[in-house]
Amino acid sequence: MDPLMPPPVRRITLEGNPYVAPPRPPANGHASAGPAAVATRLRAPRPASAQVRERMRIESVWLAYGENWVVRDVSLPVRQGEVLAMIGASGSGKTTLLRSLNRLTEITAGAARAGRITLDGQDIHELEVNDLRRRVTMVFQQPNPFPMSIFDNVAYALAERPGRGRRRRRSPELEHAVTDALHRAGLYDEVAGDLDRSALRLSGGQQQRLCIARALAAEPEVLLLDEPCSALDPISTATIEELIVELRESVAIVIVTHNLQQAFRVADHVAFMHLGELVEYGTSEQVFDRPSAQRTRDYISGAFG
Amino acid sequence: MSTVAQGLKPPSGSAVARSPREGTASWPLADRIGYWLCWIVGIGLCLIALAIVLFMLVKGISYLRPSMFVESPAPSAVQSQSGGFLDPIVGTLIVAAVGIAIAMPTGVAIAAWLSEYRRPAWLARLVESGVEMIAGVPSAVLAIFGLLIFARGFLGFLSETDAGGTVSGKSFFAAGTVMAILALPLIVGSTREGLAQLPDRLREASFALGRTRITTIRRVLLPAIRPEIASGTVLGLGRIIGDTAIITIVLGLTLTNEGVGHIPVISTLRGTGSTLTSYIYANSPAGEGSAPQKAYAAAFVLLMIVLGLNAIVTRLTNHGGPAAERGRAYRLLRFEWIPWTR
Repeated sequence: MDPLMPPPVRRITLEGNPYVAPPRPPANGHASAGPAAVATRLRAPRPASAQVRERMRIESVWLAYGENWVVRDVSLPVRQGEVLAMIGASGSGKTTLLRSLNRLTEITAGAARAGRITLDGQDIHELEVNDLRRRVTMVFQQPNPFPMSIFDNVAYALAERPGRGRRRRRSPELEHAVTDALHRAGLYDEVAGDLDRSALRLSGGQQQRLCIARALAAEPEVLLLDEPCSALDPISTATIEELIVELRESVAIVIVTHNLQQAFRVADHVAFMHLGELVEYGTSEQVFDRPSAQRTRDYISGAFG
Repeated sequence: MSTVAQGLKPPSGSAVARSPREGTASWPLADRIGYWLCWIVGIGLCLIALAIVLFMLVKGISYLRPSMFVESPAPSAVQSQSGGFLDPIVGTLIVAAVGIAIAMPTGVAIAAWLSEYRRPAWLARLVESGVEMIAGVPSAVLAIFGLLIFARGFLGFLSETDAGGTVSGKSFFAAGTVMAILALPLIVGSTREGLAQLPDRLREASFALGRTRITTIRRVLLPAIRPEIASGTVLGLGRIIGDTAIITIVLGLTLTNEGVGHIPVISTLRGTGSTLTSYIYANSPAGEGSAPQKAYAAAFVLLMIVLGLNAIVTRLTNHGGPAAERGRAYRLLRFEWIPWTR
């Protein structure tokens, strides 16, 4: 069997099953396939003249774990002022590509790479790695706050050592930087009462926004989001999606998602990856409404994935 | 997202089936025998523990006098004139303090290196088996080895040197250091266990913020496993307090704590002395047998100390909410007062 062929899809019919509520007819009257049928775009369409600045450039990048090349010859631009969504099935290499943008793949033993990734024209492999990771920060799939207070979580991302407890004074600059990051992540109003509370006491959605605040505290140029909402409930997801759209003006955002509707809601540009290859890249309108590749059409209409 | 309505029940008419409580009558014979053996062994163990505590309680309290806590032991064949065990109690505290002061930082550092760096790999494997080996060495062997080291001429400043220039090698410094080796595997073990339990996403999160490995260890990982470090330390403390061989060989087993030199604290540390365990050994019918009643009283005090440490371990390993919301004593016991654990 051709390894590039998606596996056959087993369809489950719901008709006639008394235990399942019957599907409601689509509100807009026509049942079309794809995310456009159920989702609306959160962002306003951008005017062609909008200020968009290229921050990162991925040039013919190949990535491997051991002998297994999981990303093959991918080239993409990452621009500030817009959200880039990477979509694709499991094993398509999108998360690996994302992790290579701040060299987090290097933690894994046996990881190999070829090609060039630049940040503001500089090869990221020539930058000091911790410096790079402060400029290109990342939010993970599972909320992963540190087991310390909310304040310390955010302050940890800053170079200064945070004052601990109530006895040692915190510097006003640190205080300002932390509250500013919490404001930008839309969390400040919910936690303002007690920043000394343990971060582990927050809800899942709040924890994830705290992780975003932490990632923003270092004033990065690029923010990487690896399926940031897949562990969250719909309400928290909506909050974070709105946040992503707001943030795109001040920071370049790359989001990896399994969720097509999410990509549709937040992304300006979409890259569809399949089995390590970049199949299609274009504006959200191009990829979702007029996909050019057959595999993209199949994925977006739900034939596999 | 807890939208599940509370208090809902199936309609009153419907029969509610509950899983029956399983009896052993239906079990195969082998299972039943095993089950009852477990019962007997378990109850037996409890009885033995209870018997030790009760026996020591009765014997100890009947011989214990408050004056024993404040009087130094005196060389006398008459029970009423042989004094108390102030010096052994102080000796126990000194040895424990010196031992833990050395073992805790070393043990935590070794554990952090073994779990987080492991480079070079061959050295890590070597250290790993070294720690395992130390855990299995009888304390008497460690003591002899310690004496060999501390009796070297160039370490003479740590113990007493007699007129002929011979270094005794017996001092609180020496005993504390050897005790540290005894406690080390316990601290390394529980710290490593704690580090292994931490999810990798915690490390990734820190690396992704551009923090170095050492910062991650110091400010994220070690504070997160504070209870494990603390319980390993308390276990090591128990091991130190309970050991007799090292005291007999490396501490000199003198009746009172004899200082060497004139500098207040240093002189005690350089000098010889005894601890509660060696006091019990020396006074018990098995030792010189001069004052078995004192031995019972001292054993009771020792048992109470060890039981207290056990209770502390139980409380520390019992994770319950953030430490900040507990009392002051709780934070103290979790070593929150040591800067690097913050």
